[in-house]
Amino acid sequence: MTLSTITIDINDQAYRAEVEPRRLLSDFIREDAGLTGTHVGCEHGVCGACTVQLDGAPVRSCLMLAIQAEGRSVRTVEGLSDSPEFHPLQKAFLDAHGLQCGYCTPGFLMSLEPYMRDADEISEQGIREAIAGNICRCTGYQSIVDAVQIAANEMRPQEDAER
Amino acid sequence: MKPAPFDYVRATHPDQALELLATAGDESKLLAGGQSLIPMLNFRLARPAVLIDIGRLGELSYINRQDGTLRIGATTRQAQLERSKLASAGWPLLARAIGWLAHPQIRSVGTVGGSVAHADPAAELPVACSVLEARMTVASRSGKREISADDFFVTHLTSAIEADEMLLEIAIPAAPDGAGQSFVEYSRRHGDFALGGAAVVIPLDAQGRCAGVRITLMTAAPVPWRARTAEKLLEGELPGAQQLAAAAKAAASEISPTSDIHGGSSYRKALAQTLCFQALTEAAAMATPPDVTRVGK
Repeated sequence: MTLSTITIDINDQAYRAEVEPRRLLSDFIREDAGLTGTHVGCEHGVCGACTVQLDGAPVRSCLMLAIQAEGRSVRTVEGLSDSPEFHPLQKAFLDAHGLQCGYCTPGFLMSLEPYMRDADEISEQGIREAIAGNICRCTGYQSIVDAVQIAANEMRPQEDAER
Repeated sequence: MKPAPFDYVRATHPDQALELLATAGDESKLLAGGQSLIPMLNFRLARPAVLIDIGRLGELSYINRQDGTLRIGATTRQAQLERSKLASAGWPLLARAIGWLAHPQIRSVGTVGGSVAHADPAAELPVACSVLEARMTVASRSGKREISADDFFVTHLTSAIEADEMLLEIAIPAAPDGAGQSFVEYSRRHGDFALGGAAVVIPLDAQGRCAGVRITLMTAAPVPWRARTAEKLLEGELPGAQQLAAAAKAAASEISPTSDIHGGSSYRKALAQTLCFQALTEAAAMATPPDVTRVGK
């Protein structure tokens, strides 16, 4: 078994580390890059807490080796907003009580953001499908669905309203 | 848990992957998307000495149609197949099956070939391959061969791919003209492993009678289960509710699913019958005789 030096772009910043091939992407993010916003729950692909984006698509970081992500672009919850302000989706989670303990929240956010970006129309059914792979034991999901709808309204282009 | 240590090689060409397989043999495992393999590594249910990463082999990532046959490269992501208009236009059953396959976070990484090669009878793509009579092309250093779906799925989590072979392509022949297709599944939560499921293709003859019906049951046996007795029962029959109900009953009577904490054998059998009837009914409603001009949907 040999160590490999790999570089992964996380939130537009290159992180370089010497890792064993068995290093999971989730551990690379948390321990090598020090980005602890990504949470690890079940570590076998069931709970969705560790969801991050790989080249824009939601993926489970516990089901990917860091070395598989070598040279690719990862986005974590820390990269959701590039200013000190919350992303509208984060703000809506706060306003609609879309979280209690918050353990699952980063995974939900990283699953929902690409859904909101790619969906032709935001619907309750669509939201529920997008988060079907994320488990939350606090909210019962309804307040998360509400938060997405609030955020979708917030993020809708304002042209019509201003005219 | 974390995986046990292993060596890792990223293949840059399919031939290189075959070369590595030939040398490492039983000790090695191919890694494509890893959405079945990595959980097994994390649980240490699998402890390969070498992982050969074929996930970046662009040569094996494609979806095209040649002479009516849908050809899917082994490393094509499940999400690509989900979005493929080519696939959903000719094989609506495939699109339905993929909708049941895990979650978006899995489909964005998981490959079509990986799921087929994993040969889980509770998984959607092996069932779709069985009912659509797909043919799998596998290769080793000494050449290629094609395997029918019937021969490909050997038993639970075991396919006919030899230790030095790699799956290259899944070829799905055109469905008979006007054939109705359906895929239904039941699980307690969407994305969980199915408790039961049925995939059906119903072609009709010029008189509107069943001609070459195909039925595959999910989670019913160690392999995707072609319900041949039920298929024969429908041959030459009009697809009326009574005939379809009899076929569904026959299909369920052929199987003896294993009991586990999620459901007993008799429950699973009853579920198989219900789902098979639903799938048959849906496919029959879509089916049209081949010589009739189809009007809308």
